[in-house]
Amino acid sequence: MKRFWSSPWGIVSAGLFVGVFAPLLQKWGNPGNMGICVACFERDIAGALGLHRAGVVQYLRPEIMGFVFGALIAAFAFKEFKPRVGSAPIVRFVLGFFAMVGALVFLGCPWRAVLRLVAGDLNAVPALLGLVTGIAIGVMFMRMGYSLGRSYKTYTAVGWILPVIMIVLLVLRVLEFSFTEDGPIFFSAEGPGAMYAPWLISLAVGMGIGFLAQRTRFCTMGSLRDLMLIRDPHLFWGLLTFAGAALVMNLLLGQFNLGFEGQPVAHTNHLWNFGGMVLAGLAFALAGGCPGRQIFMSGEGDGDAAIFVIGMIVGAGFAHNFGMASSPTGPGPWGSAAVIVGLVVCGLIGLTMRERMD
Amino acid sequence: MSDQLVDARGLSCPQPVILSRGAVKKLESGGTVEVLVDTVTSRDNVRRAVENVGCTVEIQEEGDEFRLIIKK
Repeated sequence: MKRFWSSPWGIVSAGLFVGVFAPLLQKWGNPGNMGICVACFERDIAGALGLHRAGVVQYLRPEIMGFVFGALIAAFAFKEFKPRVGSAPIVRFVLGFFAMVGALVFLGCPWRAVLRLVAGDLNAVPALLGLVTGIAIGVMFMRMGYSLGRSYKTYTAVGWILPVIMIVLLVLRVLEFSFTEDGPIFFSAEGPGAMYAPWLISLAVGMGIGFLAQRTRFCTMGSLRDLMLIRDPHLFWGLLTFAGAALVMNLLLGQFNLGFEGQPVAHTNHLWNFGGMVLAGLAFALAGGCPGRQIFMSGEGDGDAAIFVIGMIVGAGFAHNFGMASSPTGPGPWGSAAVIVGLVVCGLIGLTMRERMD
Repeated sequence: MSDQLVDARGLSCPQPVILSRGAVKKLESGGTVEVLVDTVTSRDNVRRAVENVGCTVEIQEEGDEFRLIIKK
């Protein structure tokens, strides 16, 4: 069984699970082509906490909490819960921040880019090309010796911090708690934030994905990186299965609509769909995992991955507050500038954090 | 005694793989390299990466860590 998880069948089973359940979550209430979107859901969480005030994208998404719980359970069940920290945490925060900025210029993480494509949204094509480009730049830095340095074993309590935060958020979601009159927790009354599957279903699917992804190391960025860097298609089989299964599900559920115009929670600016995902892809590559993978690693006790997740949530607050995030009408007024700044920052990180490759 | 030791403990993916493959590349046929890692993910990734280039791998568990003895 242990070899099953690290075998091609293991990664294919994870891709299949995500590919089947993401379109179903949309059917059960989640927003269009957003059955699962790690970046969008973290952005919704930022909104629910009042870190940004974009009223249409505020909701405590139980899928994200489920990801952490599922990974945590799998890590404990298979004795892989290993609290560790200390590998350039502030750099990981910055990478998470700009990864989110890039994702919100496109309007989606790599998972959603795939889900959009297999639902017929052709705006995802430049975005996926951007993702590949960003990862390729990251791979170039890796070949030049880029390294975030070592992490170190730490106290068990440290590994529990993000899971406990997620437990608190889940309680707040279930109670629909309000701290002050007209204050957080905010729940959107309209827009994508008001569209959600029943919370127990969201949580259960999230936990299933978290469990499988922890066991199999499912990672969208990693699949493309490994193809480019070491010609290893292992993770890529997971990504392909995810895309194929989601395509079939979308066709079966009548959720396929081919074209550029009128796609849900999407804009048609090809340049910045591309540019946003170049930035996101580069930031994910430099941080060693796509946003989903960062959450799963947080569930295994990786405190550095947890910092990346918090960087993304804070980044979402800034992206909306500072006019960097896109909307269905197009990029925000500061979106393009933010992508350029992000690329410069990530480029400097990639160039300056290098070890000698002897 | 191996020809080389790669200490990849604490390094995150894909660095253990890059370092191991780099060390394997420099090996003469019949030579060995030892790689130290401290996560199951790194252990599996390194094993797969070097098996894909025709090496054999023996794994020793040492407490929380793994020693991979790679033979070309």
